[in-house]
Amino acid sequence: METEIILETLELVKRFGSFTANDRLSLAFRKGEIHALLGENGAGKSTLMNMLSGMLSPDEGQILFRGRPVAFASPREAAREGIGMVHQHFMLIPALTVAENVALGMKQGRSPFFGYKRACAAIRELSDRFGLDVDPEKRVSSLSVGQQQRVEIMKTLFRGADFIILDEPTAVLTPPEVKELFRVLRTLKENGKTIVFISHKLKEIREICDRVSVLRLGKLIGTTDQADTTSADLARMMIGRDIQAPIRRTRESGGRVRFEARGLHASENGVRLLKNISFGIREGEILGIAGVDGNGQRELSEALLGLLPMQAGSVLLDGEELGRRHPRRMTALGVAYIPEDRQKDGLVLQMSIEENLIAKEYRSAPFSRGGIVNKRKVKLNAEEQIRKFSVKAPGPGAPVGRLSGGNQQKVILARELMLNPGVMIAMQPTRGMDVGAAENVHRRMLEARDRGCSVLLISTELEEIMTLSDRIAVLYKGELLDTMDREEAELDRIGMLMAGALPNAAEAIIH
Amino acid sequence: MAQEMRATIHESLERKLNVLTDIVFYAGSVAIALLAGGLVMLVAGVSPIEAYKLIWDGAVGDANGFKETLVKATPLLFAGLCYTFAYRCGLFNIGAEGQLYVGALAGTVAALYVPGLPWYVHLPVCILAGCAGGAIWAGIAGFLKVGRGASEIINTIMLNYVAIYLVSYMVTGPMKEPGGTLPQTARLPDSALLGKLFDSRLHYGFLLAVAAAILLYFILHRTVWGYEIRAVGLNKQAAKVMGIPVNRNVLLVMMLSGAIAGIGGYAEIAGVQNRLFQNFSPGFGYDGIAVALVGGAHPLGNIGSAILFGGLRSGANAMQRMTGTSTSLVYVIQATIIILVVCNRYWFGGLKKRIIASLTARVVGRRSDARPEENVAVVLGIGEREGRS
Repeated sequence: METEIILETLELVKRFGSFTANDRLSLAFRKGEIHALLGENGAGKSTLMNMLSGMLSPDEGQILFRGRPVAFASPREAAREGIGMVHQHFMLIPALTVAENVALGMKQGRSPFFGYKRACAAIRELSDRFGLDVDPEKRVSSLSVGQQQRVEIMKTLFRGADFIILDEPTAVLTPPEVKELFRVLRTLKENGKTIVFISHKLKEIREICDRVSVLRLGKLIGTTDQADTTSADLARMMIGRDIQAPIRRTRESGGRVRFEARGLHASENGVRLLKNISFGIREGEILGIAGVDGNGQRELSEALLGLLPMQAGSVLLDGEELGRRHPRRMTALGVAYIPEDRQKDGLVLQMSIEENLIAKEYRSAPFSRGGIVNKRKVKLNAEEQIRKFSVKAPGPGAPVGRLSGGNQQKVILARELMLNPGVMIAMQPTRGMDVGAAENVHRRMLEARDRGCSVLLISTELEEIMTLSDRIAVLYKGELLDTMDREEAELDRIGMLMAGALPNAAEAIIH
Repeated sequence: MAQEMRATIHESLERKLNVLTDIVFYAGSVAIALLAGGLVMLVAGVSPIEAYKLIWDGAVGDANGFKETLVKATPLLFAGLCYTFAYRCGLFNIGAEGQLYVGALAGTVAALYVPGLPWYVHLPVCILAGCAGGAIWAGIAGFLKVGRGASEIINTIMLNYVAIYLVSYMVTGPMKEPGGTLPQTARLPDSALLGKLFDSRLHYGFLLAVAAAILLYFILHRTVWGYEIRAVGLNKQAAKVMGIPVNRNVLLVMMLSGAIAGIGGYAEIAGVQNRLFQNFSPGFGYDGIAVALVGGAHPLGNIGSAILFGGLRSGANAMQRMTGTSTSLVYVIQATIIILVVCNRYWFGGLKKRIIASLTARVVGRRSDARPEENVAVVLGIGEREGRS
């Protein structure tokens, strides 16, 4: 009876350009289960769920809902069939009440007027039945994050959803709120609702889910009963044991420490962003910082560069303390920076390739003299860099926004390596790139290291960290949990640390 | 190698086609606006052909008409440049009107109260005073933006009223012509006036405005500072990460933008009116926004659009004299042009791209042996985007 399939996907494929986000996924969801979808960033979880909820339409394959093939043109159509999604970022209007938010965009019968009282009554009834504890007459702006999330769940229930997708629902919640959410999810399950729970936190999945499907690089690795698997198994499935890091030349230790951070603390509006971060990178060394997205990666790089004010701590270059830092000074000191969001932070998309390439050096010769830009030199340089990095571009004068993501990243990389940097801070240097382009970037970074550059590699892709790093640290909730040499690093252990499990706890589960 | 060559050819070809379609679309906008204006004239019972003939004669029909057009275009060009320059740094300076007034006021103060200088000293001093007046006025909004994050749009608009009433107060009170009855200052001394060109109402202010346009073009596209301004204007966040001092640029650009309007204000006084009085500007500052818009926010483009609007004004005056048709008709045409230009920028983008693509395909198909579709795709970057956004 428990094995009735409510939704099934058959060979579902979704491509974005040359990138395959979902590669022939065939999954089945049972009625009344909490089904976890586990995978690293970019594994294709969100793409899959966006197809189920009507935000995207698949390129190939079929979705069977209640045994019938369905094709949704919009989330509204999916909602009409009974599929609802709660996004990571809430879609609520703060100035309106709960009832107004919930009923927004819905028509009640034939009446052109909004039956506020009726909506409130319906919401109260649902709230009692599922233990949501939502007051329909409160303004959304007065609710806590956890309560807002329950309003989002209420929205799906109000529209008659039987199949509810939660995209990383715990990412924004405090531990007590998580507990509350889990209570609600159990009630929903008892009432026969099917829940898809997207996460990469092993602990939570073990606590609440019945079955787990693991995705990696757009492919389904497998679906297992949660009770039959260990956390270590899941971590292994998620990260992929079969992908072995290439054997790389070990760096002789003993080089002097070039770039160092001591006890960095940063917080904003009382929220702690970074806590006591210390590390040192020797010359010719790559320090990889692994971690799940949103654990302080962006803040760490911005603090180092001087874009984010710190409460305490110091940053040292060649043993000398750098006082006030800002990007221009860091550039002058030979610190290159590859930002996480290349389109927002890294490039001026409407400007040409040649102009973007000089963004760090436009003030000095040969690109300018006496405040006048030397257009010929700028163009020659662009032609040289385009050749050197084999950027696929119509010409040096083309706007950089017209290039593909991979080629945009090449432009940034070329620009930063033009500085001949002594230190490089690289955030997610290959995000969204295909394998070939990513390899190219990796090769360049290893070359820079071999020239003596100290590289801080911050990435959420563990494979990348394992491939490139000489030493590896794990960032979790703004804190560096552990630093280890590449040779001693075990995927299982890093996976557990990334999921916030303590090292000794990991040992206990594995053995 | 061959591929590179082809890519270069495509690039230059595409750029040419781009410019060409742009010109066609802009000319089309003006043509449609004139048609629409003609319809309004018909409804109003005026023969459009006759009216347009009068406007044309008035604006460019003879040397005097054209000179009058340029006289009208001068303050419009200053105001347009003022808006353009701030816009390129991502700022919306709606305060050209107020900056014109304060520039005129400061210049007039220097003209009236700094006596005994030869013209080659006095005139530059007055112009610089106008500059400073406009710069300070815009600088207030710039400072509030940088220091407090206050919207420069709101502040510049509000400062307009302050400036207009300030001038009204000054010319009815402290600076009123001694012994005069009208709310205006005394006539400026000859040493502070801008010389006339060709023995007409046209004055050197027009040349100053054109020089300012060229200077701004040079600053924006040839200098290190211009590079910073454009980067800040297009992507403030990236500029910050690259190490460009965003706040400093915002303040400086705001001030220079105001300075340009300030010269414009003084030029109107010293070139045309010869004395400062209440409400001397019939909204040049606001019309400057339209000038900048139609000029594509490009300093040199502003020259053309300022002359276009100046021509409509002087032509309309001529028309009113001859037929009694109200000059407000010209505002209908002007508004239609603005609407179409905005449509041009935001709605017809896709259409233009398709036209350019098909033209490029045709030319490339004739020129090279390669498959045309693929080349166009490469040229336009179509199909090259990958990954998720």
